[in-house]
Amino acid sequence: MPTFVYMTRCDGCGHCVDICPSDIMHIDKDTRRAYNIEPNMCWECYSCVKACPHQAIDVRGYADFAPLGHSVRVKRDEEKGVIAWRIKFRNGKKDMDLLAPITTKPWGSATPQLRDAEPPTQEQRDSQLLFNEPKYIRFDEGDIHTFESNGLEMRQGVDY
Amino acid sequence: MKFDTIVEEDIDILVCGAGLGGTGAAFEARYWGQDKKIVIAEKANIDRSGAVAQGLYAINCYMGTRFGENNPEDHVRYARIDLMGMVREDLLFDMARHVDSTVHQFEEWGLPLMRNPKTGTYQREGRWQIMIHGESYKPIVADAAKKSADKVFNRICVTHLLMDDAKENRVAGAVGFNVRTGNYHVFKSKAVIVAAGGASNIYKPRSVGEGAGRVWYAPWSSGSAYGLLIGAGAKMTQMENRIVLARFKDGYGPVGAYFLHLKTYTQNGLGEEYESRWWPSLQEIVGKEYLDPELSHRTHRPIPTCLRNHAFIQEVNAGRGPIHMVTMEAFQDPHLEEIGWHNFLGMTVGQAVLWAATDVDPKYENPELTTSEPYVMGSHATGCGAWCSGPEDLSPPEYYWGYNRMTTVEGLFGAGDAVGGTPHAFSSGSFTEGRLAAKAACRYIDDGKADGIKVSEEQINRRKEEIYKPMETYRVFRNEITAGSVNPNYINPRQALDRLQKLMDEYVGGVTVNYMTNEKLLNIGLKKLKTLQEDLEKIAADNIHELLRAWEVKHRTMTSESVIQHTLFRKETRWPGYYYRGDFLKVDDANWHVLTVSRRDPETGEYTMEKAPCYHLVEVDKDKDKESAVA
Repeated sequence: MPTFVYMTRCDGCGHCVDICPSDIMHIDKDTRRAYNIEPNMCWECYSCVKACPHQAIDVRGYADFAPLGHSVRVKRDEEKGVIAWRIKFRNGKKDMDLLAPITTKPWGSATPQLRDAEPPTQEQRDSQLLFNEPKYIRFDEGDIHTFESNGLEMRQGVDY
Repeated sequence: MKFDTIVEEDIDILVCGAGLGGTGAAFEARYWGQDKKIVIAEKANIDRSGAVAQGLYAINCYMGTRFGENNPEDHVRYARIDLMGMVREDLLFDMARHVDSTVHQFEEWGLPLMRNPKTGTYQREGRWQIMIHGESYKPIVADAAKKSADKVFNRICVTHLLMDDAKENRVAGAVGFNVRTGNYHVFKSKAVIVAAGGASNIYKPRSVGEGAGRVWYAPWSSGSAYGLLIGAGAKMTQMENRIVLARFKDGYGPVGAYFLHLKTYTQNGLGEEYESRWWPSLQEIVGKEYLDPELSHRTHRPIPTCLRNHAFIQEVNAGRGPIHMVTMEAFQDPHLEEIGWHNFLGMTVGQAVLWAATDVDPKYENPELTTSEPYVMGSHATGCGAWCSGPEDLSPPEYYWGYNRMTTVEGLFGAGDAVGGTPHAFSSGSFTEGRLAAKAACRYIDDGKADGIKVSEEQINRRKEEIYKPMETYRVFRNEITAGSVNPNYINPRQALDRLQKLMDEYVGGVTVNYMTNEKLLNIGLKKLKTLQEDLEKIAADNIHELLRAWEVKHRTMTSESVIQHTLFRKETRWPGYYYRGDFLKVDDANWHVLTVSRRDPETGEYTMEKAPCYHLVEVDKDKDKESAVA
């Protein structure tokens, strides 16, 4: 659903411009505030809505099939590792709060720096193994699967 | 219009496009190439780019070998059955034997994978799917890629690959422009991994106006995986295998969790089960080998996605629509109801917005489904992409030329949507393919295969002129008219996209013709596409954003041409429900149990088509028993 920006909340910081995957959040030259320049290339992915520090961006369902009067709002918190949603129906009969985790680790802390990893041996380079394999495939003593280990072969032609 | 030229020299591995495939490639490349220079060029911002930008609520490809659930060959058979036999089983097996290690790492990086409280295993949604809280899936994997890469260039629209001027058919890097500054970027690299996206928006969408952005697959997936590879002369495979999705109407919200986990089901407008009534006539088209409802019922052998689409389409055409998803039973359970909503919020927020806007509460009303316009991609239930080498220990001779996931252009690798014949990879499988390509690319360089690359100034300057031509066209002709968008000298990117979508829809089996086409229609479509290509030489862009859209529509058009050529070549209806060749309305195993392979000559634009053999995985012993039984 295309995004739009509330005039009184936007300060033109550009976080939405920076994150939009479709390159459609731009800063208006006159108002110096953000706006959606191409609603029909908007995927309603909410990346800009989540990135806005002022809650200035919202979504209004596509004019060709979504009636007015609904609301889906979101607050994403990397510190707390959660995302909170609120869905309100047009007829007011449904008003839901939903909460979900976004990570299980302190934000940005758990990905490895492979430059510092133990360098691969020539044997590993010559094998079919990827980083951390075979251990990370099965967490047991088993090796990587091959046709031989699984009793398989390739045959040309029709097979169902 | 003065833009700087910024040259990045001495790159070892350049990753074009940093969705799940590209992040996997950059991440793994650092391990096998700890001293190598790894650079990412991404059209958007790596933290929210690619098809997983808004998140996912499931990882659709996980074997669970750790928990004794599946072996790689089980997944190969599943993909083979679903795609009516047309897959690269070496590549599929290879992806499947590594994919679990990818998923286990995701969990270690902080991606919340749900656990089954009773068994301690990951919470299964279906046989291959596990459920996750994946709103931040993309930023988490992006973090890993950023740590591995020497440099990440965000907002670079890569338009062309650079070719080696010293040795024919060898890649030498890529060029593009920055969609913010407009600057021209040249990346000189020993190896290139194309991990860009497949194509949305090449067929006219069902939605109109504003809603045209509500496509199933991301609107920024501009077919650049194919535009770049085809442009470089790489061979492509299975480009006719476009996909049509049965999804919640208008919002295109996912149905996987609904079918598999919530146990919802479909019925027609009269409240009847409708699929089985179409099986007998469909069996006449595809044969009992591909559709055996009794066997499927007995053994849980899946009925191919396209065939279920076929029943859907036929039922609607018979006047018994709409097709409903029966949610009213499952949603009485508050826990399942919550999952139903979370499922959308985690990956297709727009569907939640639509139901809120239209007061559709699935607890009290069964929502409508629809079949989408076609999409061209290679990681969901379809396998368009480049013809790539498999790994040395698995691939038969026709599928092997030295480096895993290398295309037919030397030093040019693929991952995710870029690799053909590997459906059902999804997010985790695409990341895994990126890892495989990265290891192979490091090896390619270490073997000295990239030595002596030369890129001439002529090539760099020629591409630069070509890239900015739409802005020049605008500058020259804009003031010939008073105002507005109607100009006899040029078309703008939106006008070009509209024309492409209309011709693909009407001649190449889009929604308005019920996915039907034939040789005559395809040839007309091809002719119209050729004139569109001529007009694309006159496309005009009045700013950098429009220049981005101009290059996207060029990539989409290149992709579309390939789709038409492949659809013309395969003279059968292999996937009823994805598309129909009205002049060959049957599966024809005698002639077409093969993979289609094409090459577009970069110099002349001429296409050559060939058939490649289809190899299937079989059990060694069972096979011998059969032979002895025959003897």
